[in-house]
Amino acid sequence: MADVRRELATADVLVIDDGSRDATAERAEAAGAIVLALPCNLGIGGAVQSGYKFAVRQGYDVVGRVDGDGQHRSEDLALLIEKVTAGEAELAIGSRYMDDRGYSGAFSRRLGVALFSGMLTFLLRQRITDATSGLRAVSRELAAHYAADSPTDYPEIEGTISAGRAGYRVGEYPATMLPRQAGQSSITPIRSVYYVAKVLLAVAASYVRPSISRKEEHD
Amino acid sequence: MIDRTIIVSVAGSLMLLILVLDLVRRRRLREQYALAWLASGVILFILSSSRPLLAFVAQLLGIHYPPSALFLIGFFLFLLVLLHFSAIISRQANEIKDLVQEVALLQWRVSRCERKMDDPERADRRNRG
Repeated sequence: MADVRRELATADVLVIDDGSRDATAERAEAAGAIVLALPCNLGIGGAVQSGYKFAVRQGYDVVGRVDGDGQHRSEDLALLIEKVTAGEAELAIGSRYMDDRGYSGAFSRRLGVALFSGMLTFLLRQRITDATSGLRAVSRELAAHYAADSPTDYPEIEGTISAGRAGYRVGEYPATMLPRQAGQSSITPIRSVYYVAKVLLAVAASYVRPSISRKEEHD
Repeated sequence: MIDRTIIVSVAGSLMLLILVLDLVRRRRLREQYALAWLASGVILFILSSSRPLLAFVAQLLGIHYPPSALFLIGFFLFLLVLLHFSAIISRQANEIKDLVQEVALLQWRVSRCERKMDDPERADRRNRG
């Protein structure tokens, strides 16, 4: 939080409290953030979507997103926001694998990420190295797209595909990810099987369902 | 002689129908959700109350022992009912998600209003937009 403030002095910081029982909301508010406190736990997809809804209704131009566990650095987010502001990309993703910046992580995790990155690279016909990265910045239009329709849990991969298919420009930029400062990884062996199955089903379903292109959305 | 399976099946489907209708009468079950159960109950009742009809349907399905057809058809009917409910749950989960998000967004607007009333200048600085 303080980190984001330092790098992005002019930005408003929105913290989404997804039904947590600790003092997240109070502490974020005390640090000067706008807080959206969800009365029930929605999971990451629903929580992130409420952020996009907020951004669209309040009329922000660019929306940046970092995970809440402190593994994303705000200088990287600042770069992503800059790219979106400059119009270079409408979805800018921070990748921990683009330059070799020493992030390794467990083998199974790297394998999963490599698999999905390969799938995205194939589907979007564009090189994607870090499919599951939660560090991203999106344009106002894309935020509206996500506000209207957002994947439920594990939204990163599906979100990237839905943006690419609707015709938004996707760009990936190098980023450094730190070891998480707080909380535990939500990925357990059983969940990772669910993750893979769910994402594959969702992606397959999205391809047999007519996609809404950005033109239709904003006409 | 009438098969005992048939008697059980007639009684069972009748009980299902009565139970569903009673729940609807007492407003414990909405009509829209009762329809799937009623349809299943009626189909099972008709099939089990007419032996020639059941024998005919069993033959169509390639089942030699007619009462077995009842089990198979009942199984598929209930599978359909369950699927129907999964679809309803999915729709409701989506609606709940939208409502939860809406509550959080409204909550924020309410507390912003309250802050503005308490201390107009400070609230303006804190919440632009």
